[in-house]
Amino acid sequence: MAQMTDTSTHHAGAAATPRSSALAGTGSVNDFVVLLKPRVMSLVVFTALVGMIAAPGTVHPVIGMAALICIAVGAGAAGALNMWYDADIDARMRRTMARPVPAGRVLASEALTYGVILGAGSVVLLGTLVNWTAAALLALTIGFYVFVYTMWLKRRTPQNIVIGGAAGAFPPMVGWAAATGSIELGGIILFLIIFMWTPPHFWALSLYRSDDYESAGVPMLPVVAGGDETRRQILIYSVLLVPISLLPAAIGQAGLLYVAGAAVLGVAFLAFAWRVYRVREGRPADKAARDLFAYSVLYLFLVFALVLVEHGFGLMVHAPWGGA
Amino acid sequence: MSDDGYQLTPEEKKRRRTRSIAIALVLAGLVILFYIVTIVHMGGNVMNRPL
Repeated sequence: MAQMTDTSTHHAGAAATPRSSALAGTGSVNDFVVLLKPRVMSLVVFTALVGMIAAPGTVHPVIGMAALICIAVGAGAAGALNMWYDADIDARMRRTMARPVPAGRVLASEALTYGVILGAGSVVLLGTLVNWTAAALLALTIGFYVFVYTMWLKRRTPQNIVIGGAAGAFPPMVGWAAATGSIELGGIILFLIIFMWTPPHFWALSLYRSDDYESAGVPMLPVVAGGDETRRQILIYSVLLVPISLLPAAIGQAGLLYVAGAAVLGVAFLAFAWRVYRVREGRPADKAARDLFAYSVLYLFLVFALVLVEHGFGLMVHAPWGGA
Repeated sequence: MSDDGYQLTPEEKKRRRTRSIAIALVLAGLVILFYIVTIVHMGGNVMNRPL
């Protein structure tokens, strides 16, 4: 895959905001909530909850709640640090230019301090209140998102969201570790599902936002390799995603309800991806990409909801070919 | 309140106050969280003490 050398952008820790330091601290509470990327955080909390519920054994509800709070805050910290570093890019993209740092409502240094304190605090809190395996995984998640994805890969390679996607895939493993104190195959498989889902999800978005990414100098796949190659890659990852989504049943972690549901959802995912692959011109192509992006969010939610429902409500009926 | 001679506007003062309240609430929440989790960790042992 073609590598794109760094762009002319400069990280921002740097981004000069219009206000002087004398005005530091004039952002509203809402600005600081936005810095935590609450929508991303909600998906992180949900997948971590599923990891926790799917793990063997039981976890005390209070401990489980404490773990989810720490994971949510840790994910939010990673978001704040991402917005600190990427303020220069965010300022050039329509989708992100109103964020607190590029808009000048929060200083870059405030976002940095906020992210560091929340990140370190969430890890120490998770280790102290729950267990240190989960805390180490949370630290890895934050570190991967900030250092590997945001600082290293995002501006350098179109594989940014493939490798960086691991950061978004860790939360169910963190939840699993919070419940069991260990890293096990079941958690790793939940990780793999999100990991394989991330490229088609983000590339669908970048197909209809490629102008934005190009003007910001972010080497997303459509910008570097073109729409045709992006569509081919989306299809490849989608084809890989469907069998991987069935792995929980293969190890006895999910039952017939999950298999049936994940199979139907997977076939629909393939249908959306196929439409993106076939329809390449004009508005219909744009709509196909938007539809895949919207469906991909629903898909991940429903696949994990199936795991949650089976484990949480005791609806697990093992398939004859499954383990345990 | 001033900082390097800069006079905060009433709106900025209001935001600062709201932020301070939010921080206070978060800290209070942390105290409660620590208390409850400590009780849960002690479990039945909380009642097990020499008389």
